[in-house]
Amino acid sequence: MTGFMTSPRNSPGTVAVLDRAPTSTTFSRVLGIATLVGIGWLVVFGLFLSPNDRVQKTGVRIMYIHVPSAWLAYLAFGVTGVSSLAYLWKRTRSLAWDRLAGASAEVGVLFMGITLVSGSLWGRISWGTYWTWDARLTTTAFLFVTYIGYLAVRDLGGTHQQRAKRSAVLAVLAMLEVPLVHFSVTWWRPLHQNETVENGKLSGLMLFTLFVGLIAFTLLYVWLVLHRQRVLTLLDQVDDRGLDVAIAERRNESVPS
Amino acid sequence: MLNAPYVIGSYVVTLGGIALYTWRMLGQARTAARQVPPEDRPWT
Repeated sequence: MTGFMTSPRNSPGTVAVLDRAPTSTTFSRVLGIATLVGIGWLVVFGLFLSPNDRVQKTGVRIMYIHVPSAWLAYLAFGVTGVSSLAYLWKRTRSLAWDRLAGASAEVGVLFMGITLVSGSLWGRISWGTYWTWDARLTTTAFLFVTYIGYLAVRDLGGTHQQRAKRSAVLAVLAMLEVPLVHFSVTWWRPLHQNETVENGKLSGLMLFTLFVGLIAFTLLYVWLVLHRQRVLTLLDQVDDRGLDVAIAERRNESVPS
Repeated sequence: MLNAPYVIGSYVVTLGGIALYTWRMLGQARTAARQVPPEDRPWT
């Protein structure tokens, strides 16, 4: 057991809970339960209660995860970009913005991956192929790879401030790709369909199910980013402690015995 | 259900991917938390 177990601020019971779920709070637990309920609703409505589409038949059920995951990926990358701008602005230069940007980008990559895989399976049903190099699919894949690159750049090493600065610049540039992906269906008229919701093509239970998916994934996004940025805080503190120990050891070595 | 493997497969991949990411993240949190005292965690 480590020394902090005996901290007077924490009773043994509190410490046990903190160790099992060190990034949890009452708010995050309530949010987690709401997220699970939302995802349960999404599965029930998406797979069983919503009707089949006249043209796409059962294939339309993939839309309830494909569209919300794409929207959430946009939101996540937007949050990454805005947090990075906040970090770069001198008056708000705080590593908390950098960690929020990193956490949001990671969750965004997860949602973008889900978008690509679910879209590929939907494409197999609708177009008879898993992949085609049309404008929407290509720009989406490019966005996905860009943010994987962003995450790789975050892991390049250096101090926390160096990491924050270089990744913030990259995030601001990468954010410019999001409108390119979104408007690709209107600019190039590819195989991928236009906006279904904005054009009012959905109604009734299908529209309701899509909103259930959107709410469930939004709650999930908030829960994941909340936890992930706390994990990044812990990892930064572990790094700092390792550096402190290394410096202390080096000083001890240099003291003549 | 017509196209069931694709529809169910998309839900399985989605929920499985999210579960895997969450499990890995919380495991990383537990490992890192062993070296950081609770009073140094701003959210506690």
